Amino acid sequence: MTVKFKIQGRTYTGTQEESLLGAIRRYGYEVPSLCYHEAVSPYGACRLCLVEVQKGKRRKLTTSCNYPVLEGIEVFLDTEKVVRHRKMVFQLLLAVAPAAKKLRELAAEYGVTETPFVPEDEKNECILCGLCNRVCKEVVEADAISFAGRGTSKRMESPYDETAEACIGCGACVHVCPTDCIGMKEENNIRSILRWHRDLPMQICKKCNRPFAPTFQLNEFAKRVNLDRARFDNCPDCR
Amino acid sequence: MDAKKLNTILDKYRREPSALLAILQDIQDEENYLPKDTIRQVAGELGVPLARIYALSTFFSSFSLEPRGKHICTVCMGTACHVRGAPRLVEHIEREFDVPAGQTTPDMQLTLETVNCVGACALGPLVILDGEYHGNMNPAKLDRVFRPLKKKE
Ligand code: SF4
Ligand code: SF4
Ligand code: FES
Ligand code: FES
Repeated sequence: MTVKFKIQGRTYTGTQEESLLGAIRRYGYEVPSLCYHEAVSPYGACRLCLVEVQKGKRRKLTTSCNYPVLEGIEVFLDTEKVVRHRKMVFQLLLAVAPAAKKLRELAAEYGVTETPFVPEDEKNECILCGLCNRVCKEVVEADAISFAGRGTSKRMESPYDETAEACIGCGACVHVCPTDCIGMKEENNIRSILRWHRDLPMQICKKCNRPFAPTFQLNEFAKRVNLDRARFDNCPDCR
Repeated sequence: MDAKKLNTILDKYRREPSALLAILQDIQDEENYLPKDTIRQVAGELGVPLARIYALSTFFSSFSLEPRGKHICTVCMGTACHVRGAPRLVEHIEREFDVPAGQTTPDMQLTLETVNCVGACALGPLVILDGEYHGNMNPAKLDRVFRPLKKKE
């Protein structure tokens, strides 16, 4: 259903099904975020996408990625309150993942370069945003990794922090990770997804002799769509 | 866990993926921990991704991924219990049974664990042995609580 709503006093249209953050960005406004991706369900983990939303008489601070676009709401960006809370969120994130370069850069863009909180692990780069997990589950449908533990021992890892055997080496998680802390490399026809300890031999195209995708991934795809495996012997260019 | 035992548990829940938690609980009760091989089999049998079971089994503190002792002793180290001498109790048990906190005696008799506040602060310091709460503990009282265990040794 199409609805009308306001951003900074100007009227725009959107649908109730979309995320408020997506709608705000569509109209050219900037809001920082680390755990949002339009392809997967929002999770509200990083708390960076804060805005103020006025609904009738009530005005409140909320994360926008997991807020719906509702008829008649008014959205305010970068208010004094938003700026103050966002600064705190950046400081907390910097303490969680002090080694995350991209996080430090984004924080610096918003004027935050230091944190008063004491980091637990100076080397940590993962902000526990869960994007890798959501992409792997919802888009790739491999469900190879997950959160483990909880509270201060919560971490994102492959089962038992050993080889993620369900991982097809597609690299989707590597690509969406906001802090680049998963890592992938290809060497001697082996593709490795570093953080999940997964090494997969590549299939060599029978025509052009180039490695094009992990063999295991092609096996899985053939199984999923119930096609003859031989159809995947050649790379997409030579098919 | 042997295949027959596991099958009995799985059948009990008609191999329903939605019964996963109950299944894990039963395995934990039988084995006192969740053996890795068994978890792999459960994943295969129910068609549930291993990653999801792993997430569950590390989330709930009632599950353990490591083998645990026949008896489980938990000492509360929450703030209230801490100031009333919980660290002394831990040291006492560590010495008496020669097992560091967080580990199990080599004969698999006793696992010693610590937790943060079990919500009975008024009774602190608190020690839980095999599910039974013992409040206002001191080393002398502890010895009495542990006497049945010591005898068997
Ligand atoms: S590379 Fe592996 S873990 Fe990452 S999204 Fe693909 S299948 Fe999942
Ligand atoms: S590995 Fe990256 S994508 Fe996954 S939870 Fe950590 S920061 Fe997020
Ligand atoms: S983008 Fe909204 S909480 Fe992370
Ligand atoms: S601190 Fe021990 S029960 Fe609360």
